[in-house]
Amino acid sequence: MTRSAEEIGRTEAGPRELPPLGPTRDVPLPDVEDRTLPNGLRVLAAHRPGVPMVELRLRVPFAGEAPGHPAVAELLSATLLTGTPTRDRVEIDDALAAVGADLGVSVDPERLMITGSGLSDGLADVLGVLADVLTAATHPDDEVARERERLVERISVARAQPRTIARAALQRKRFGDHPITREMPTGEAVAAVTAEEVRALQTTALVPRGSILTLVGDIDTGAAIAEVEKQLAAWTSEHAAVEMSPPPPVPPGDLELVHRPGSVQSQLRLTAPAVRRDHPDYAAFQLANLVFGGYFSSRWMENIREDKGYTYGAHSGIEFIPGGALLGVDTDVASDVTAAALLETRYELGRLTAVPPTAEEVDAARAYSIGSLLISLDNQGGLASTITAMAADGLDIDWVRSHPARLEAVTVEQVAAAALTYFAPTAFTGVVVGDADVIGAGVRALGGIAS
Amino acid sequence: MPVELPTVDLHRATLANGLRVLIVPDPATPVVGVAVHVDVGFRSEPEGRTGFAHLFEHLMFQGSESLEKLAHFRHVQSSGGVFNGSTHQDYTDYFEILPAAALERALFLEADRLRAPTLSVENLRNQVDVVKEEIRLNVLNRPYGGFPWILLPPVLYDTFPNAHNGYGDFSELEQASLEDAASFFDTFYAPGNAQVTVAGYLDVDETLRLVEKHFGDIPARPTPVRPSFAEPIPGAERRRSVTDAHAPMPALAIGYRLPDPATDLDGYLGHALLGSVLGDGEAARLERGLAQTGLVTDISASAGLMGPLDARDPDTFTITAVHPAEIDADRVLAAVDEELDKLAATGPTADELARQVARWSAGLHQENDRVMYRMLGLGARELLYGRAEIGVELPERLAAVTPAQVQAAAATLRGSGRGVLLVEPS
Repeated sequence: MTRSAEEIGRTEAGPRELPPLGPTRDVPLPDVEDRTLPNGLRVLAAHRPGVPMVELRLRVPFAGEAPGHPAVAELLSATLLTGTPTRDRVEIDDALAAVGADLGVSVDPERLMITGSGLSDGLADVLGVLADVLTAATHPDDEVARERERLVERISVARAQPRTIARAALQRKRFGDHPITREMPTGEAVAAVTAEEVRALQTTALVPRGSILTLVGDIDTGAAIAEVEKQLAAWTSEHAAVEMSPPPPVPPGDLELVHRPGSVQSQLRLTAPAVRRDHPDYAAFQLANLVFGGYFSSRWMENIREDKGYTYGAHSGIEFIPGGALLGVDTDVASDVTAAALLETRYELGRLTAVPPTAEEVDAARAYSIGSLLISLDNQGGLASTITAMAADGLDIDWVRSHPARLEAVTVEQVAAAALTYFAPTAFTGVVVGDADVIGAGVRALGGIAS
Repeated sequence: MPVELPTVDLHRATLANGLRVLIVPDPATPVVGVAVHVDVGFRSEPEGRTGFAHLFEHLMFQGSESLEKLAHFRHVQSSGGVFNGSTHQDYTDYFEILPAAALERALFLEADRLRAPTLSVENLRNQVDVVKEEIRLNVLNRPYGGFPWILLPPVLYDTFPNAHNGYGDFSELEQASLEDAASFFDTFYAPGNAQVTVAGYLDVDETLRLVEKHFGDIPARPTPVRPSFAEPIPGAERRRSVTDAHAPMPALAIGYRLPDPATDLDGYLGHALLGSVLGDGEAARLERGLAQTGLVTDISASAGLMGPLDARDPDTFTITAVHPAEIDADRVLAAVDEELDKLAATGPTADELARQVARWSAGLHQENDRVMYRMLGLGARELLYGRAEIGVELPERLAAVTPAQVQAAAATLRGSGRGVLLVEPS
């Protein structure tokens, strides 16, 4: 049996009607118990059963002005779980694995984050390990030496990734040499770090005051907080964890062309100022962003992927920074269509301001933003991450609960106003990373490229 | 730690046209998911058309009789949902997760393209371009692209289905024609070759009625005979080197054959847990013996080229490592063999194994906590092995695996041939 493509695409009955949506189901978010312990640690706990697990997030503000800070911080994060006076690296991991738990440590210019989960029955054991490393991690000389070597090797791999190269170029373009740009230390900087420096940073910077610990899962919130208080009582500090100073505002300007010889694709990274969650424009901005490039059914994606085939993915989104927020417009495209993709990107930015989103576009974005929020909160891990991010931003679960209503209230006119304010092509700066010998002439011909 | 079995309520039906239906209610969630699993993956694509199964997956998003181009995406997202599709060795899945209010709409969207997709030359050419960008992004323009899932199979396997590149060669993607697409759809996308999984907040009877309403009038077509992809296990080691211009450090991958999960599930799980004992966590054997001694920067071991229990036989047990240029690949291989020999001689300790089982079970709980992963996991096991229950019973089955079974798995690997792929920086 072989039918033609045309025969396959048609039935006798013909096209059918899209069914309407059924009744909306509301599942309320759990309450969050919020307590600040005598040591200054803020503990947030929420009961969300479903699976017998608990999710843990510990966020410690971890900024540092010193140029060497990021290298020491990376090594601290790599060796935090490698030794205490009572446990070595393997014993730490065994104690966690025995209760199905895992802890991971990561650090960026703003904060150190410990992310983990385990069987909820084992929460006390996990907190025991956490307390042990927070109060007594020894960062043994041999572990520091080994991890230093591995970190140098991993950095060499990471720095070969086009997205890492593009990100570093973008941060430099936006913030010059502000500490926020130091997302990945150089191998040389890491190689120079000593175990003493790592231990000293743990004493001064890995502190409870100003930090947030979130627990979400099949737990009794009161008992869980009491357990935290008992186990982490010895984690103390006189001063608060260090918050990053806000970076300077990002001025609009020409894009910088960054040469990556031999590249078969180019990274377009455009950026402009945006607003934080507590800003009155935030919900309107969010919808304008979705219509532009924030989801698959956006103008930009439909243009450069589904119409032109220039890219596999194009995405615009918000990034929160100390004291502000930025809009990022990111896509990777083949070298030979780089200029064409840049042209279409600028066209769609201009079109969003000149031909603002229609009521239909706004309604679609609204439904998506409300629905995808619901989906993202429908598991312990997503809820734990959201509660932590809200708290770090000075907001709480009530902000999340009331956000659908704010999105519902946004008018088409407000979205048009947000588009005009935040998406004007003149508000942007950014970088284009690729093989300049291949893409340079075409991209420069469009103008707006720094010489 | 006692094994706690999750309670999962499974309901099955088969429509008159042969379409299989799996319904998994969960009263606690506000969302619902719909997935269509089609029993064709990149192992079934014709010679000369590498990458076609994946390209065809892209075409299925390009419109259908009731839905013009872009409408599928727009209807899912403007109903508050998210969507995706993916192509594996033996199956292709299409799915969306939405607020429960959109259940019937999701069924409508999936049924429309399974009944009458719009296959056009414009969409074909456009999606060939998009797929080429996907391959540039994930393979050609980055270090270790396609490592090991594209690069290792041709070393371990001899036959086209098992050995070829499932992403496809550019020249063959460019040759894909509309006739290829029509014939692929008619052959493999027959309702009797597909399965619908619905999971989340739903009423079982009402959902079954809606599945019948939307999918029931797709005419039955002959279901293709599924070929065997079996080939002999190599008796010796085979080696191949490739150069990676973007890679700063050498890497290697070792591929072994796995037991058939359909006929020897316990043997398969013994291998899966061997992967954990070797590579999962700081206490894992390869981590201690190789990573913590400076022989490698990173090392991992796992069952299944695209994940555990994600393909029929034959599938691959993989060990991968990135290592410093000063360390010779043979030294890394010898150290891996030494760890396998130790396990083949004495097996893991009972505690060591129990910790790996506890971690694996916790991971299954996390997976189960998301409607999307629960739906995809149950749907894939139902399609591949005819038993979604495998996913439900997994914590119990893993807890029953003995150190002797893991020891036997290590001995099997040491006694069999293998494929070794060396990635060398240029």
